[in-house]
Order: sequence, then C-alpha cells, then structure tokens
Amino acid sequence: MSVSDRKAVRLSTPLDAEAVARLRCGQEVLLSGTVYAARDQAHKRLVNLLKKKRPLPFDMKGQVIYYCGPTRTPPGRVIGSCGPTTASRMDPFTPPLLRAGILAVIGKGKRSDDVRASLRKRKAVYFLAPGGAGALLARCVKARRPVCFADLGPEAVVRLTVKDFPLIVGIDSRGRDILH
Amino acid sequence: MRITRARIREAISDLCVRANVVLRPDVLRALRRARRQETNQRARRLLDQLLENARAAKNDRVAICQDTGLPVLFVGIGPDVDLRGLDLEKAVQEGVEQGYRKGCLRDSIVRDPLQRGKGSHFSPCVIHYELTASRGLSLTVLPKGFGCENKTQLRMFNPTAPIQAIEDFVVACVRQAGPDACPPYVVGVGIGGASDTACLLSKKALLCSVGGRQGSGALEKMAQRLVKRLNATGIGPMGLGGRTTVLGVHILTRPTHIAGLPVCVNISCHALRSAHVRLG
Repeated sequence: MSVSDRKAVRLSTPLDAEAVARLRCGQEVLLSGTVYAARDQAHKRLVNLLKKKRPLPFDMKGQVIYYCGPTRTPPGRVIGSCGPTTASRMDPFTPPLLRAGILAVIGKGKRSDDVRASLRKRKAVYFLAPGGAGALLARCVKARRPVCFADLGPEAVVRLTVKDFPLIVGIDSRGRDILH
Repeated sequence: MRITRARIREAISDLCVRANVVLRPDVLRALRRARRQETNQRARRLLDQLLENARAAKNDRVAICQDTGLPVLFVGIGPDVDLRGLDLEKAVQEGVEQGYRKGCLRDSIVRDPLQRGKGSHFSPCVIHYELTASRGLSLTVLPKGFGCENKTQLRMFNPTAPIQAIEDFVVACVRQAGPDACPPYVVGVGIGGASDTACLLSKKALLCSVGGRQGSGALEKMAQRLVKRLNATGIGPMGLGGRTTVLGVHILTRPTHIAGLPVCVNISCHALRSAHVRLG
C-alpha cells in the first residue's frame, strides 16, 4: 500500500503503554491487531454504563477504539467499506472512555481541548486514519466479530482484526496536536 | 411516454450502486490533476491513497466511502412523460432500497430525527422533483455523506453586500470545515431565490462537472478567485497541509428579491459521488 511509508512505526495490540507514550505527533504508524469499531450511539451507551457503574461489554484496558460504522459486508468479503468518521462528535465521550482504560482512538478531524488534555493525562493517543478511503482500509481488515448493541445496525460495536492499518499520530501523549 | 414502476425502480437501483462504487470520472481527473500539482510530500501520498481507494472500490465492488450518504434524488419530468396511475414516489424509494441492499451499502437512515430509535434503514431518501423542458425522465442520485453535509451554512446577506463579502463567507465556511469533512473539497455555492432555493442550488452545484466552466464570465472569475484563495489556506488533504484544499468551486444563481441576497455553501468531501440516467 502506498501509505506504508518507509518511516512508518509498526505497532500491535495489546498496545504497550511505553510504546504509545513514545509516539510523536505526525508520525506514520501501521497498526496490527484488534480495534473496536464504535461511533456516536455506541459511545453514548458505553458512557451511560460507566456512569451507572454497570459491567462493560468488553474490557477497555489498553484497547483501541475506531470511530467507524462500516457498510454492509459484500458476499465473500470480510467487511465492506470502513473508513473513519468525524471524531469531534465523540469528544464529550472520549475522556470517560480513556479513564476506563482505552489507550488509543482512531478517527478524522479536530478534537476538543478537553480531549487533548485527557489524552495527555492518560498518556494515550489520537490517530488519524485517511478519511474517505474506506475501500482501501477494508483490505487491511482480516476478521470481524460483533461485540454488542446489534440493534444499532451500522453503529453496533464490532471487533476488527487489522493488519498494517495506516495511521498518522494526530495527538500524542504529550498533548501535541498536528491539527491545532 | 409511459414508464413503468419496475423500470424506474431498476434504474434508480443501478444508479445507487454505480454512484457509490465507481468514482465520477471528472472527480477522478481532478484528483489526478491535484496529485500532479501538489508539492507537499505527505499531501501527495494522501492523494495517491485516494486514487488507490477509487481503484480498490471499483475492483472489489466495495463502496468508495462507508458513509454511503443520505441519497438525494433529483427527478426531472419532461413534457412527454405520462405519469398517470404511477406512484412515482414509491417507485423511487423502492429503487433506493433495492440498490442500497444489493450494493451492500450502509443503512444510515433513522426514521425519527429526534427519537433516533432502534433500527436503521436504507430509505426514505430525499427527492427533489422538477418539471423540465427536456424530454424523458431524468434521474440523478447524489449520495451525500454527512461529515461534509454537517458543514453546510446559509447566510442571508444584505442586497448591498459586495461580492467580496460573499467570497469571504465561502472561505470562512471552508476554514470552519477545516480537516473534519475530508478535504480536498468540492464546494457548491447557491446564490439567490429564497433561503430554500439557495440551499437547493448549493447542492445542485455539486452535480456540475468538476473542472468544467461556469455559466457566465463573472461567475467563472468568481469561482477561479475562490479556488485560488481556498487552495492558499494550506488546509490540504486530510487537513495536514498542502496546496490541494479544493478540487473545484461551483456557483449557481437564481433571481431573488430586492431586499435580499441568500447565499448557501454546501461542501462535498473529495468522494463526490453521483450518477445520472435519462429514461425515454
């Protein structure tokens, strides 16, 4: 893939907290392992569960959330188009999820000051994925498993196994923001 | 000329799949041109990725973008079209439903905007009907992703406002969209009519061929000035810098009232998708 830039850092999940802390804003990363696709309504529900101190549908410690709602899966394929959605809509929900152990989030576009501060505090990162390249990103997805909130349709939480998923560090663990 | 419900349904269904899977040739050309002219290394790599994505979508029969949009339909009815006994609305909605299902696109429609509610759907789409002078039934599908639709802005200017103020407004809209709505953008500008006309014109402007010329000389010059200013903002692909912030600016105008000057800006992401067919 053309993005596998010569300087890209390879990362795999479960994420190593020190490796995440070492990432620098602007760096290109190829991520392999598992990520949880979750967007607007799923975030609202997850944060509600946290507020009520109810059990979570998956362990968040060291995990990665990908702001994505894929299309339906064409026959014979692992997944349909699956690019990132606009991250700022998830801004209010991100600090509580980081507090619950999430170590990286993936999306596109700007984040709020609160998210930046929270990432710094938790030594977590925000990755940018190429927006509008869902067909190309689908080729990096090797497996897909439903996790919860199936009633949300395309907004259900899905666990994706990815290989060399092309990312750029948008906000690093020091709170430096490439878009700010 | 009589057209059956099945023919309309099949035509719309095919348009929905084609629009979402095969990138418009004019958009593809504009991306290639931008790639040639771009000097920022990262921006060039990102533009390469978009070109590769278009190839992957067509090859794998997968949607160009996972946001297969709110389908916006333009239905032009010619003077020879006989619609007696035909439920046109139903035929169109069935076509969208069928195409989105067949193409494994995304069921992004919630039936109640406030309750949101359980379950998402492929339809209903938005339909704009128009009585046209040209013969036949003209069908156009514009799947509008909402990352960019959320950046739409309408402003009611004073009629004495200078053109410069309108251009500043367009630039401000694009700056506010910044990196969020998948730049490089195609910018639709609707000027005139009432508020609703300006909004509709701005969306219709996205159907103009990217890189094609505008109607009058003055509009063409205005669009060229805007392209220049917008590409000087440095937003670039993914908002990470470069000279490619827009692929094109299209302006459509209509007569308006002596007291007003409505202007609407509708931004499209780089994955500007649409497909058209004329029946009859």
